[in-house]
Amino acid sequence: MIRARGLSKRFTSKGHVVEAVTDLDLDVEEGELVAFLGPNGAGKSTTLRMLATLLPPTAGSATVAGHDVVREPAQVRRRIGWIGQGSGAGHYHQVRDEVVLQGRAYGLSWREARRRADELLAALDLDGLARRMVGTLSGGQRRRLDIVMGLVHAPPLLFLDEPSTGLDPHNRARLWEHVLGVRERFGTTLLLTTHYLEEADAMAERVVIIDHGRVIADDAPARLKAELAGDRIVVDLADHVGVAAAQAAAAHLPGAHDLVARGTTVSLRVPRGSEVLPGFLRRLDEDGVAVRSAEVVRPTLDDVFLSQTGRSLRDGSAAPQPASEAEVLV
Amino acid sequence: MTTVIADATTVFVRQWLPSWRSPAGLLFGMLQPLLFLVFFGPLLGGVDGLAAGGAADSWAWFVPGVLVMLALFGTTATGYGLLTEMQTGSLERLLVTPLNRTAMLVGRTLNDVATLLAQALLIVLVVLPFGVRPHPLGLLVALLLLAALGVGVGALSHALAIACRAHHETFYAIQSSLLFPLLFLSGLMLPLDMGPGWMQTVGRWNPLTHVVDALRAVFVGRYDTGLLGVGALSALALAVVGLALGTRAMRRASG
Repeated sequence: MIRARGLSKRFTSKGHVVEAVTDLDLDVEEGELVAFLGPNGAGKSTTLRMLATLLPPTAGSATVAGHDVVREPAQVRRRIGWIGQGSGAGHYHQVRDEVVLQGRAYGLSWREARRRADELLAALDLDGLARRMVGTLSGGQRRRLDIVMGLVHAPPLLFLDEPSTGLDPHNRARLWEHVLGVRERFGTTLLLTTHYLEEADAMAERVVIIDHGRVIADDAPARLKAELAGDRIVVDLADHVGVAAAQAAAAHLPGAHDLVARGTTVSLRVPRGSEVLPGFLRRLDEDGVAVRSAEVVRPTLDDVFLSQTGRSLRDGSAAPQPASEAEVLV
Repeated sequence: MTTVIADATTVFVRQWLPSWRSPAGLLFGMLQPLLFLVFFGPLLGGVDGLAAGGAADSWAWFVPGVLVMLALFGTTATGYGLLTEMQTGSLERLLVTPLNRTAMLVGRTLNDVATLLAQALLIVLVVLPFGVRPHPLGLLVALLLLAALGVGVGALSHALAIACRAHHETFYAIQSSLLFPLLFLSGLMLPLDMGPGWMQTVGRWNPLTHVVDALRAVFVGRYDTGLLGVGALSALALAVVGLALGTRAMRRASG
């Protein structure tokens, strides 16, 4: 459905050259649900805009829905739906008018455009608002209207640029219900961008993590977390006496890394943490180390980002995480 | 070509629908010309040479000016709607559709023309009770001239909007600073003959001067003066330049 090779975009503004996207390769198969995850300014939206013919690439090539984005933009446009960051419907227009005209823009007959409009407005619970002015809709309603407009020509591929940004948790959940429903019903391939970790984790089958315009990881969320981050074991000891012994024991666990001691707490990353934990606790018991509590913390996509970039996605800062040598022992 | 026409129709219908759904919106853009008509027009009855045959003569002179004012106050601001759509994301959404880019500009401009003509007819209806009787064929020719003017001014306003997309304030700064010089240097309000030589010279380079002169001639049923030809050429030239700049801007709008 999508094949991009060496896709790059360079912006020049006021003498500064910004490499927004660098040498990006991407293959998306029919029916996939792929999320671009990355901090603001990582190049997610720029990539999406190049694939949707809104921006010409500086270098590289991309084929979307069987057509080249630079040479045959009109052919690409016919086959894709777009839900941008903004609100797509005119604020002084009536809801149904905009959907019908969107159908006309894709070459549907008036009759077909009206039929699709009514069908989709009903499917996204907007049929009661057909005559309302778009400007009077709530944020959640407007977002669902954007989805209706993106689907009016039944595209095989739908792009969603930050679809849930600015929505409250309730509306976000509802939006996702509809997006996943659309996919189930029409078999639409979905490519979206998000900076919500939990969203990418929970909804996407495949996450492409982008940072500074480059792909730094690309896999199913579960595999990314298992392979690039691993579980974290955290044990809290009864006193300071056992800390050194606990560290020594932890260092011997196969695949252990990021071993950190803070006060009476010792933590480390290790593959398959819940299987390793019982043996680790037995060993501490044999060594006479008294343990007050123990837990296995599952990795998040933020841990994946952290392991690949040394930064957290959550705080959005560009600075590496401070880690003093005294704390990081392995 | 058929795609361009079909797409331009789609874009035109989309732009026209808000006015169709609530026609009161048409009044919004004609507020200033109406104020001039009501509060300035009556003063012209006292201007020698304009009211030679009674007050109706001065109205027949001023109403064509008001029609051009509609284009000046209303149509020049049409690009602001496009700027708003660039900001909200509507234009982006339309740019991802296969709509022809030229048609996107032409359809919008057709809406400007339709709006202008609807407002012009309203003005003519308003002045009928005051004894203004435009020559019927002349009114038709006047509306055609006005349509050509609307194409030029509307398309230029869209081009300006796209050029100002990074700095919205610039659009209004340029539009409003051009508005009044164009208004006073076209003889819309008072004959330029009354002014000093430099105003007359500058006024001759203002296409609006020639359009309004032609409008005034055909309004009273005179087609023989050569004014119609010059006015029609000025309006058409403006339309061609506007469409050329406008379509070029629209093709580059996505980047």
